[in-house]
Amino acid sequence: MIKFEQVSKTYPGGFQALNQVNFHLRAGELAFLTGHSGAGKSTLLRLIALMERPSIGRVLINGHDLRKIKRRQIPYVRRDIGVIFQDHRLLMDKTVYDNVALPLLIEGYTHKEAAKRVSASLDKVGLGGKERHYPIMLSGGEQQRVGIARAIVNKPPLLLADEPTGNLDPKLSMDIMRLFESFNSVGMSVLIASHDLGLIARMRYRTLTLKDGRMIDDGLAHEHHGGALTGSEL
Amino acid sequence: MSLLFRSKRGEQGAKITRIGPIRRFIMFFVSNAQQAVGSLGELWRTPFASLMTIAVLGLSLTLPATLYVVVKNSQAVGQQWDNPAEITAFLDKDLSSQQVETFQRRVSLMDEVAEVSHISREEALREFREYSGFGSAIDYLDSNPLPDVLIITPVRDYSSSERASQLQRKLAAENEVSEVKLDLDWVERLQALIQLIEDALGALAILLCIAVVLIVGNTIRLGILNRRDEIMIMKLVGATDGYIQRPFLYTGAWYGVIGGLIAWLATFLLIWWIRAAVLRVTELYDSQFRLQGLSFNELLILWAVAVGLGLLGSWIAVRRHVAAIEPR
Ligand SMILES: Nc1ncnc2c1ncn2[C@@H]1O[C@H](COP(=O)(O)OP(=O)(O)O)[C@@H](O)[C@H]1O
Ligand SMILES: [Mg+2]
Repeated sequence: MIKFEQVSKTYPGGFQALNQVNFHLRAGELAFLTGHSGAGKSTLLRLIALMERPSIGRVLINGHDLRKIKRRQIPYVRRDIGVIFQDHRLLMDKTVYDNVALPLLIEGYTHKEAAKRVSASLDKVGLGGKERHYPIMLSGGEQQRVGIARAIVNKPPLLLADEPTGNLDPKLSMDIMRLFESFNSVGMSVLIASHDLGLIARMRYRTLTLKDGRMIDDGLAHEHHGGALTGSEL
Repeated sequence: MSLLFRSKRGEQGAKITRIGPIRRFIMFFVSNAQQAVGSLGELWRTPFASLMTIAVLGLSLTLPATLYVVVKNSQAVGQQWDNPAEITAFLDKDLSSQQVETFQRRVSLMDEVAEVSHISREEALREFREYSGFGSAIDYLDSNPLPDVLIITPVRDYSSSERASQLQRKLAAENEVSEVKLDLDWVERLQALIQLIEDALGALAILLCIAVVLIVGNTIRLGILNRRDEIMIMKLVGATDGYIQRPFLYTGAWYGVIGGLIAWLATFLLIWWIRAAVLRVTELYDSQFRLQGLSFNELLILWAVAVGLGLLGSWIAVRRHVAAIEPR
């Protein structure tokens, strides 16, 4: 599903955020991406979502080289990638419905068709019936789940999450992780960047580890042994 | 539409129903209509900025439109006054009535002259006494200070300002004549003025149109920057630049639509005001002249120009600024 081949990213100004990163995430896989703050986790996700381009190396999604994707085509690639951020990036002056329906309306759905999908998506994240609320009326955890509902509303094959539980307490964090698990169980590939090692350890999934922009562990050796081992190396 | 998952998407665990090309085509117009209406609503989100821009757009177009009406009417006036050029020749006071009569006959035989009428000094004095208000004070004069006057109407060919001046010079060269006045002088001045307004009108219209485009562009630019975060999020979930640009283009078009109406109204008011002034003048001259306002076609053109400028301004703004916003 996602393949990095010798990918390096140097930001303008000369800071090298990623250094010769290799890994392969298979279709239908759920994996964590961990590492200290500033290790390059967000950068890696941004390369997949085409928010940045690699300086060297290539990124492939479903076998397609992202270098061949022209600027004009980027929106169409993004429609197949659900992205979730720590700061959830909701439109605060729009209702929950408007926020979640946004990707559908962009794709050309009518409000009528969108409504069904939006309510299904909100049901999945446990926010059924909150369509008319404004994000400001919701708790932090609920806001984060609106962001997740938006990311999955058009059923993308690939879901990226950047510190999705960063601001949440352990109980809420676990709930969110269980959500990702359920998406993965219906075939979505999921990559979650997080530095919450305790949580990752409990989840027992493949864990990729970055350190100073290098992938020091692609999680394959420890697969299904739990993340505790991976975490202890840090 | 899926780029990376063309073949695979259908087989994904998550069931996917895509929308077909025909639906997509229809939806394009439906969503366009929705965005058009939505943009109209957007105007009320920033009513002050919108109103200012719309007013500037409308009033900027009012000036050239009104000048255009003035020029259009002046041309009609200029044509009306082209023909009845009259030349007034004041004769030497020392001439005997015999000599005046001979001279009048000679002038009337000139090729350029269609008609000559004579106002004798006595007649002139009588008229003067009657109309000047000096009344019997005139009687105290030793002698009649007024000369004999010939009023000469040139033939059609010689009534243009240029040819009439030729005739004027020819008459002035005559011994019997002390002074020649061509009534065309003020027509000439009027025509020069019209020409000036006409020339200035083009330049002025272009300058004002550029100003309108810049002002609309700037307002739209501010609108784009105000919604920077929203645009980033829309791009993140797969909105094309075109999709994001459309509401702003519609906003620009609405500026034009409403600004055009303002231009109509303001032009109408200005012309109505000018018309009253023109009416007083034409009554004085006993003219049949009536001021022509903008025709139906001209009104449509004015509106189209307003919408076009609104669109152009917003287009320049979205092209530069929507593409520049990248999601972080
Ligand atoms: N746009 C940018 N320009 C320059 N440096 C950046 C930019 N984005 C991130 N960085 C730097 O790259 C490094 C990795 O950042 P990031 O990928 O956000 O790490 P993480 O998400 O693991 O905390 C950090 O040191 C950060 O300062
Ligand atoms: Mg980060």
